[in-house]
Amino acid sequence: MIRFVVHRVLLIIPTFLGAALLTFTLIHLIPGDPIQMMLGEKVIDPVRKAAMLAQYGLDRPLYVQFFDYLWQVAQGDLGKSIVTKNPVWDDFFTLFPATLELAVCAMVFAIVVAIPAGVLAAEKRGSVYDHALMGAALTGYSMPIFWWGLLLILLFSIHLGWTPVSGRIDLDYYFDEGTNFMLWDSLMSDQEGAFVSALSHLILPSIVLGTIPLAVIARMTRSAMLEVLGEDYVRTARAKGLSGFRVVGIHALRNAMIPVVTVIGLQVGTLMGGAILTENIFSWPGVGSWLVNSIYQRDYPSVQGGVLLIAGLVILVNLSVDLLYGVLNPRIRGRR
Amino acid sequence: MTDATTTVVTVPVAAPLLTPRQEIWRSLKSNRGAMAALTVILLLILCAVLAPLISPHDPSAQNVDIALTPPAWDEGGSWAYPLGTDPLGRDVLSRIIYGSQYSLMIGCIVVTLSLSIGLLLGLVSGFYRGTADSLIMRLMDIILALPSLLLAIVIVVLLGAGLRNAMIAVAITNIPHYARLTRAAVMTELTKDYVIASKVSGAGTLRLMFRAVLPNCLAPLIVQSTLGISSAVLDAAALGFLGLGAQPPTPEWGTMLADSRQYIERAYWAVTFPGIAILVTVLAFNLLGDGLRDALDPKLKR
Repeated sequence: MIRFVVHRVLLIIPTFLGAALLTFTLIHLIPGDPIQMMLGEKVIDPVRKAAMLAQYGLDRPLYVQFFDYLWQVAQGDLGKSIVTKNPVWDDFFTLFPATLELAVCAMVFAIVVAIPAGVLAAEKRGSVYDHALMGAALTGYSMPIFWWGLLLILLFSIHLGWTPVSGRIDLDYYFDEGTNFMLWDSLMSDQEGAFVSALSHLILPSIVLGTIPLAVIARMTRSAMLEVLGEDYVRTARAKGLSGFRVVGIHALRNAMIPVVTVIGLQVGTLMGGAILTENIFSWPGVGSWLVNSIYQRDYPSVQGGVLLIAGLVILVNLSVDLLYGVLNPRIRGRR
Repeated sequence: MTDATTTVVTVPVAAPLLTPRQEIWRSLKSNRGAMAALTVILLLILCAVLAPLISPHDPSAQNVDIALTPPAWDEGGSWAYPLGTDPLGRDVLSRIIYGSQYSLMIGCIVVTLSLSIGLLLGLVSGFYRGTADSLIMRLMDIILALPSLLLAIVIVVLLGAGLRNAMIAVAITNIPHYARLTRAAVMTELTKDYVIASKVSGAGTLRLMFRAVLPNCLAPLIVQSTLGISSAVLDAAALGFLGLGAQPPTPEWGTMLADSRQYIERAYWAVTFPGIAILVTVLAFNLLGDGLRDALDPKLKR
């Protein structure tokens, strides 16, 4: 087991270094030099420019700059944003709770709907339910979520007026100090209606972001359940006279969960990609919309730092899934 | 009708022997979803080819006087513009018809690019193993570690926004799928007797790669390519929507959505129909891909 863990942990090092190299190259391949970028349109005399290049260490060989960059990243220094002048690290983690809150709600929504749907489809294989559910899952899987979000806004926000169009909470509410997890902050504050407001802002974005994971998890649950339902021990359980619910819901589902858990973990990357689009549509103030705005504003240190941080998070989550899989399924450990 | 005097002898007829291709076609034909998808795809191709003939208007002709005309069935709509007009007074239907050219082109180019590069990398990895294999596979891991849309955005930022660069970006994010599939298939095939026989009879590496092994690895690659078209269309549309893909006034579906999203309250049609076009196209290729997988690999049949 220890060998398995060490092997997996060592494997992510080159991956992370590669991601760092990618983001480092990004800043150096962009047309125009960084000094000119910092100054905007201003003209600069060559002597002063050379001095500035030396000041920022940009006159050294590229590989030296790369190792320097790695060293800074290791210390949590990702540079400063050109726009806000704040450290990128601070900007990122101020906004990250918003993205995390959205991603968690989306995932909860996806899991709560997908697993019962997948189980039902497997249990009633070939029936109308099965076809309808799997058709819906395939449609969800094919959904352009940026359009899906607009469509939901059109229906629920504009026509029915049930949910707000954008943002995290009504402007009437304000929290001096908080965790930046809006649901928690609004619940803890004594302002009436704050929690309901925060919740209503979360509903549509969570549905939009959760749609593709929902479809993937439902399809996976169905096929995992089908496999397990054909096993001898399930037949034994049925033969013993256990109720259908006990057989399907407890005996079978438990074993079918192993691949499903893996798939759920692997959806984190999809969630981060989807968050970029979802936050853009709902003006959700998270790291996704921050990243896109940084791109529009040509704030390259923010883009560089943000991409590296997101990549790091996804790599860590994937590692945890890998390790968890090893714990759940001992046969994996021996394999390399 | 049968004459009682003739004796009918029933000869047991062996099931006609089908070539693998016929067998696949037969299996695909029995899959209603896949056939529906194939029909939709053929219609799309027809739309793309005949766009100049069937679209009622020039897709980029602007006319502010008729901007945001509702679709024909709505009050104030007219059959001259069946699906209404966009904020610049361009015909939505014509733009969607012309958009099919872009989407199919994006799908084909992206898949061709990523398939050919991924295939080569996978063949090299699977055949030579060792350092080349480790290097290639680590590189693929890095690409896979980043959310594909995020990586595509980064590459577009690097290369500059535009349809061509968006296609390159999406193609790069898709390479690992083909490389991994090819490598896995090659490694399975290499242990088989026919490869060893071919090696013994003196076939060189290139011949082994392309004549012996490759044709036998094609099944998973065909499935992945079909599914790849759908993800390429989707990702390219997402980039277009973010303003990083095809630039206005190109009638690309994602770009069309971006152009009219501010008018969503007043003109649902300018937003709804391009999205339906994306969904239907992506769904069709996904359905066909699923059908092909069932047909090509009965073991995987769910």
